[in-house]
Amino acid sequence: MAEYLYLYRSGNRPGTPEQMQQTMQKWMDWMKELGAKGHLKDAGHPLEGGGKVVHAKSKINDGPYAETKDLIGGYSLIEAKDLSHAAELSQGCPILSVGGMVEIRPIMKNGM
Amino acid sequence: MELTEHFFREEAGRLVPALTRLFGLHNLALAEDVAQDALCQALEVWKHRGIPADPRAWLLTAAKHRAIDILRRERKRLAFAPDLAFLLESEWTLAPAVAERFGPDALRDDQLRMMFSCCHPKLSEDARVALVLHLLCGFGVGEIAAAFLSGRAAIEKRLTRAKRVLARSKSLFDLRQDDVMPRLESVHRALYLLFSEGYHGAHPETSVRRDLCVEALRLVSLLGQDPIAATPATDALAALMCFHASRLPGRLDAGGELTSLTEQDRSRWDRDLIAEGHRLLERAWDRAEPQARGPFHFEAAIAGAHASARTAEATPWPAIVALYDGLMHLRPSPVVALNRAVAIAQADGPEKGLAAIEAIADRDALKGYPFYAATLAELELRRGQTRAAQAHFQDALRLARNPMEKSFLEKRAALAAQR
Repeated sequence: MAEYLYLYRSGNRPGTPEQMQQTMQKWMDWMKELGAKGHLKDAGHPLEGGGKVVHAKSKINDGPYAETKDLIGGYSLIEAKDLSHAAELSQGCPILSVGGMVEIRPIMKNGM
Repeated sequence: MELTEHFFREEAGRLVPALTRLFGLHNLALAEDVAQDALCQALEVWKHRGIPADPRAWLLTAAKHRAIDILRRERKRLAFAPDLAFLLESEWTLAPAVAERFGPDALRDDQLRMMFSCCHPKLSEDARVALVLHLLCGFGVGEIAAAFLSGRAAIEKRLTRAKRVLARSKSLFDLRQDDVMPRLESVHRALYLLFSEGYHGAHPETSVRRDLCVEALRLVSLLGQDPIAATPATDALAALMCFHASRLPGRLDAGGELTSLTEQDRSRWDRDLIAEGHRLLERAWDRAEPQARGPFHFEAAIAGAHASARTAEATPWPAIVALYDGLMHLRPSPVVALNRAVAIAQADGPEKGLAAIEAIADRDALKGYPFYAATLAELELRRGQTRAAQAHFQDALRLARNPMEKSFLEKRAALAAQR
């Protein structure tokens, strides 16, 4: 088993409370399934939209620079056999049905 | 931890009034945005971290922090609730003043005040009901449009206009200072319409209709908890809703089709709601002088008489006729007169019932109402006039307003044809 980071990018915000309820249910089901199969190493956290980008010589800008559609909204840590397995596991992610995407990055480790 | 079925909707209906109270009614749009942000924050965090032990408390805290942020940041630029301004201006009193608005009593109070504000005299009854669903029940435009089988654009426009009317005042309606009684009547009427849309409405999905009834019951019980709003008329309206709601499980049969009162499986009626209805009705009746008893008193008493009859045969028809007499006296209408005639037919036979229909002064007003023709059909059928009955059933079928009514009438008509 190897570890992978899921970066959840953008996706439309649900508009009405009832849509939020449905979105919540989908995420709970999805996370529960990942966890039950032993793939969820850490459910991770959501990220705030704004932040800072720090450069050399104390130059600090408001950030991140990404376009809204590429903004990282949160992350989770996953365990999978290999990259294609990790990709397969992400297929059920609810963000895919609201115009978002999942970026998958292998965690680099010793001896791999 | 699992969320209740409509958690986000219910909480939106609590947050928007509380935030509107703080920001002032003229900042309604801001209050809605802040409520939306708090709900979104809950959604994002809970996706990853799971639902907390007390999701409601979590959400109230999130909303409170956002409110304090905004009040602090914008107080130079925006004028907030005038009656709270002195508390919101000082850093010493800001946080406690906001915290107070999120306590259980204040949350209830602000929902009530919002309910009264939504029933603004400048708004149509449809607009009031739409606003109540939107601001107090957390329904989105699409859900309101679906519930009323109306177009999204029409509801959107109705809400935008209505909100503009509300935003002309700075404060929510104040039950302790404003002229409550006339406004309370409009609130009753809006809740009655909301309930009726659920109970009699044409929406094919039972769950949607049940939701409307549940919301109306919840809001009327909020009225009942307030010392000023808990009038005998409020109790009577709540009783009426309890009696009708008790029949919801039996009214739609297994296939979701309408079943007439006499044929319903009464074992499926909700006994707890019936008991609650009787408790409220008794209080409504005792607390009002005879001349102060209004239409809701009589409507509730009629519904209660039906609800308490263990079998259709045990229905106390003469008592129901007397109650219809009372209702006709207070609020005469052709539909009430028709229902009275049905009760007379049950008490004294179909001939008397038909005579009572003949005697309805503005009978022509009923011509477009499918249950007028259906009633004539049933009464003709009962006195053996099969042909006349069939003709009336055909009239009724032509007038049916939705598939459920149509299928109900078709079954009755088929029965007449067999005789």
